[in-house]
Amino acid sequence: MTPLVEVKNLVKHFERGGGLFRTRTVVKAVDDVSFVVNEGETFALVGESGSGKSTTGRCMLRLVEPTSGEVLFRGQDVLGYSNAQMRAARRDMQMVFQDPYSSLNPRMRAFTIVEEPLVIHSIGTRTERRERVADLFGLVGLDPAHLDRYPHEFSGGQRQRIGLARALALNPSFIIADEPVSALDVSIQAQVINLLMDLQEQLKLTYLFIAHDLRLVRHISTRVAVMYLGRIVEVGDTPEIFANPQHAYTKALLSAVPATDPDALRARIELDPALVSHDAPLRQISEGHFAAV
Amino acid sequence: MTSHRKYADSGMVSDTLLSVENLTTVFDVAPRPVMAVNGVSFEIRKGETLGLVGESGSGKSVTAFSIIGLLQPPGRVAGGRVMFQGRDLARLPQPEMRQVRGAGIGFVFQEPMAALNPVMRVGAHIAEALVVHRLASRAEARDRAIELLRAVKITDPEKRVDDYPHQLSGGMRQRVMMAVALACKPPLLIADEPTTALDVTVQAQILDLLREMKQRFDLSLLLITHDLGVIAETADRVAVMYAGRIVEQGTVREIFHHPQHPYTRGLLASIPGGAAGSRLQAIEGTVPNLASLPPGCSFAPRCGERMAVCDTAFPPPVSADVRDLATVAPGAKVEHAVHCYLRGGRP
Repeated sequence: MTPLVEVKNLVKHFERGGGLFRTRTVVKAVDDVSFVVNEGETFALVGESGSGKSTTGRCMLRLVEPTSGEVLFRGQDVLGYSNAQMRAARRDMQMVFQDPYSSLNPRMRAFTIVEEPLVIHSIGTRTERRERVADLFGLVGLDPAHLDRYPHEFSGGQRQRIGLARALALNPSFIIADEPVSALDVSIQAQVINLLMDLQEQLKLTYLFIAHDLRLVRHISTRVAVMYLGRIVEVGDTPEIFANPQHAYTKALLSAVPATDPDALRARIELDPALVSHDAPLRQISEGHFAAV
Repeated sequence: MTSHRKYADSGMVSDTLLSVENLTTVFDVAPRPVMAVNGVSFEIRKGETLGLVGESGSGKSVTAFSIIGLLQPPGRVAGGRVMFQGRDLARLPQPEMRQVRGAGIGFVFQEPMAALNPVMRVGAHIAEALVVHRLASRAEARDRAIELLRAVKITDPEKRVDDYPHQLSGGMRQRVMMAVALACKPPLLIADEPTTALDVTVQAQILDLLREMKQRFDLSLLLITHDLGVIAETADRVAVMYAGRIVEQGTVREIFHHPQHPYTRGLLASIPGGAAGSRLQAIEGTVPNLASLPPGCSFAPRCGERMAVCDTAFPPPVSADVRDLATVAPGAKVEHAVHCYLRGGRP
């Protein structure tokens, strides 16, 4: 297992208020987060809205600037990169967003959307780019005959495929997928998840998969980190976390997942926030399994 | 750990509270009208929860809006009956319909922030319902509001009653919505995706609360959702909608353990849960455009078991009861019906 990405002590604070009559408050969206994503694996970040999982992903690509910490990509700290270096680095690290309705420019044709990264990085001639985009369309299961359509002419699942084609245009090795299927219908989610798994195998991709759907996470990820109030409270191999959760929040989260068997007896575990120590350090439970208990 | 479910017993003839018969809702748009709900029939019995499940565009929300008379033009109910407490809601004049809404049928929407008035305090929402239906004077309404907020488990109801919606979390807003819906003690509650915008742990709390309120207020529930997990946990019976039609309905056990329609089977199979890393069973293709539905079964173009007959006409309902019919009391209703030629029926 070679680490591809190492996140060390990542911190992102947002400041709020600070007007004439308000005192400034600091929101610790990401509060000292560290983890490693190994080459070829799917590492999942789970947690509720506001837990900091999306902010963590965005900080890693510097779509928002972290307050402090390190993000090592192939051993190099990308947080120290100049703008030009960062642009070059993003060829290798791409992002797929949650909402295929708002993440695609409605006034650009699908071809232009997917071609744009190639233009920015001055890759190929016009004809070569057209060919490359057509190839990418085929790769993600879109009909190359629809290259010149606008986003509104595609369904939600197809739009997410366009977003994926764009992310793949520069042959990245690392993709951050932020809730890539949560806006899609159930029957379409499965199509996109299958596509993500196929592409991973075919193109040797490494994924950071940000999601709140634990059934999906269990299915697709090799390791999982659970975030709560800006911190990772538990991390480990996916089967181990699901079979043997240690942190009170992980237990509550797992017990809240609706069973798909009407006869299943549910044992709901409620989280008492008072019982969660916010300062407990991660402690090793077993090989590769750490929890802040 | 409790087993809370009360299965609607199939042999028992129970009272029907709401009966939707052949409901058809049309949107008059260019170039030609679109049938969003197409001949939908189901009933809700006293004390039971019917889950209406489908993907976006299947017509499940339009069905709910048709029932409570809140369709906005160009939408209109074009046919069928909605029988509730001896009256056909589809033909009720608006003033009487206003009485039914709130007092007869309460509803909870997906987006509580959009359903609550941002410049009205929480208590005023509840008070309004009580005063409009003449169930309380302005003076009494505040106390009743606090009582209801306590019933939906809002902590510190005496304080929260004066909050504005934006001061509440998503889960609390949904609780407030529920308090508003229950203020006039309606016998039927319609909940349209009540937990979709919420985090999974909050979703679990709201579902628990729904079940508890159902017991406490002696409610029947029409629960609309795209999430089969929510259905499995909450519903007694299930109706599966696809492209404006119900394609299968039955008890929650029948539907989850013996699904008959290829679409229902596909939906259940597409839920992640098998071996990790294995391919999911996706349903190929996309939901059809309601403006250009195929002539026969609307699922046929995506169906792996399509036959020639599937393209002729929409299949009639056939019984798919796996129970031994001989043991069913005479006159008892068919509990599991499916619209699929694979299971029988002729065009």
